Amino acid sequence: MTNQVDNSKRRFLTLATGAVGGVAVVGVATPFIASFFPSERAKAAGAPVEVDISKLEPGQKIDVEWRGKPVWVVNRTKEMVDSLAKIESKLTDPDSNGSDQPEYAKNKTRARADKANILVALGVCTHLGCSPTFRPDLAPADLGADWMGGFYCPCHGSKFDLAGRVYSGVPAPKNLDIPPYKYLNDAVLLVGEDK
Amino acid sequence: MSKLQALTNTVVNWVDDRFPVTASWKAHMSEYYAPKNFNFWYYFGSLALLVLVIQIVTGIFLTMNYKPDGSLIPGTNVSVAFNSVEYIMRDVAGGWIIRYMHSTGASMFFVVVYLHMFRGLVYGSYKQPRELIWIFGMLIFLCLMAEAFLGYLLPWGQMSFWGAQVIVNLFASIPVIGPDLSVWIRGDFVVSDATLNRFFALHVIAVPLVLLGLVVAHLVALHEVGSNNPDGVEIKKNKDPKTGIPLDGIPMHPYYTIKDIFGVAVFLVIFSYVVFFAPEMGGFFLEHPNFDPADPLKTPPHIAPVWYFTPYYAILRAIPSFLGTQVWGVIGMGAAVVIIAFLPWLDRSPVKSIRYRGKKFKTALVLFLISFIGLGILGAKAPTELRTILSQIFSVIYFGFFLAMPFYTKNDPGTEPVPARVTETNTSRQLAFLMYVGIAILGSFVFAKLV
Repeated sequence: MTNQVDNSKRRFLTLATGAVGGVAVVGVATPFIASFFPSERAKAAGAPVEVDISKLEPGQKIDVEWRGKPVWVVNRTKEMVDSLAKIESKLTDPDSNGSDQPEYAKNKTRARADKANILVALGVCTHLGCSPTFRPDLAPADLGADWMGGFYCPCHGSKFDLAGRVYSGVPAPKNLDIPPYKYLNDAVLLVGEDK
Repeated sequence: MSKLQALTNTVVNWVDDRFPVTASWKAHMSEYYAPKNFNFWYYFGSLALLVLVIQIVTGIFLTMNYKPDGSLIPGTNVSVAFNSVEYIMRDVAGGWIIRYMHSTGASMFFVVVYLHMFRGLVYGSYKQPRELIWIFGMLIFLCLMAEAFLGYLLPWGQMSFWGAQVIVNLFASIPVIGPDLSVWIRGDFVVSDATLNRFFALHVIAVPLVLLGLVVAHLVALHEVGSNNPDGVEIKKNKDPKTGIPLDGIPMHPYYTIKDIFGVAVFLVIFSYVVFFAPEMGGFFLEHPNFDPADPLKTPPHIAPVWYFTPYYAILRAIPSFLGTQVWGVIGMGAAVVIIAFLPWLDRSPVKSIRYRGKKFKTALVLFLISFIGLGILGAKAPTELRTILSQIFSVIYFGFFLAMPFYTKNDPGTEPVPARVTETNTSRQLAFLMYVGIAILGSFVFAKLV
């Protein structure tokens, strides 16, 4: 036995301890970081919602809660649907190429073809998640003389038309999302499932 | 020596052999020498400590009756959390005063800290050798902002809910990882009960622990290098050759402990006035939509953050989205806070205090103050075209103050030599101070009315 310190052995042991300890820290941190993600219950809470639309008058809008978010169902009048074509030049994405919607809603009315007058849209602004206000009134003082009806976000001033398509020059980057939906029969709409 | 004194000595000696109580008292109080020329601006450090204690004590008592539960009471649209706050206000004995002390304390914390930071700015307290004190201070400021944001969700009112919704969605704008990151922060796909629970845990345990640790680090670093002063003179350079005590230094206790008690008395008069007569402060300390329970389906018509976040919120809104993303505003808002931490390295002036600085720095400081207050006022109001343009101008000035600092502080004409010893104040200085405060307050009111 000598009194000499074996420095290379010390360095090896320091590094080995550090490396193994580091792996342990990462391993232990995993469940804590994972616990911040949505729980299984939160993930499962996305059940589809049935909506009775038989009493929805033309021009009327109702709010439905789906996955904790507002979903709008609007029965658009013929004038409202006709107005959609007139404002396309003022929109960022009139054909919804850069927006999120099911394939059957990627059209001018952003609705299923069999009931093109009914708009089903997620009422969450694509900017920072506020819920825009329904403004079907024509040419109100605050929104200007060429306002044809639509949705106005009170938080940061984004504007959407009656198909949820975003106007250009506002903070929101894309059109309102359209959730998956289908009609169970003539009077009942199912939000959240389309198969 | 009386028997009582003898007994006291015995006890103190017994403890001193085991824990350095007398040595600590001397090192940090009775033999900690601070410059003798501290003025009004030096109240705010000890006041910040006082508010911290108020927040911790009132916070502990609030948790005894508050329930972080976002589920609705059956048959109503009111959550358990919202209802428990109403319960504290109406049914718990003394509950209303404890809650108003906590909510007023939150705003007063920012009043005191902003003034404390401004003091550092005008007297160059961040400059060498106090860079680390400044860094610790900035980390405290970040913790404080996190603490305020997390706490604001807890009453689960309309403003709580939609404020959290907007701020968490800011993270979603970060490219690639953004959407997953915002889900990770919320613990759900929307702001929900899971979000409320974790915000509660962070607000009452995690962030306060970090905050306390940082406050200790801030004070340890301060007592290592010693306090700066309104002249920016290093008092340790002029020591009494016999005792080694700085000639311009006086012991913290009893001189500054007594001075601070006076400051505390005045502060508590103002604090009590707010608690008793204006706890909502016209919607600035407690926003009116927050008296409505959270409704995930309906956004209030005008949402704005609490007053202490409005300067940064105005910067966020001033930056438009381009290249198909709105992350730029978020980056701008974050940079506006982080850039303050770099002051020690941006400032190239040979002097610390505003008293001996040149004209360029003084001009820049006035412009910065105007832009900061201006942004604060604009951020509280709904955006219009004029206000957006003004916010953009002020944002440019705000960042210009920092980014151009290395250039205008170097060779600044009008810079005077710093005296060897600290100076005494005089009437003209005091009158000038009152005049500047008057102009700042009057100017803010006029601007808020006009814009």
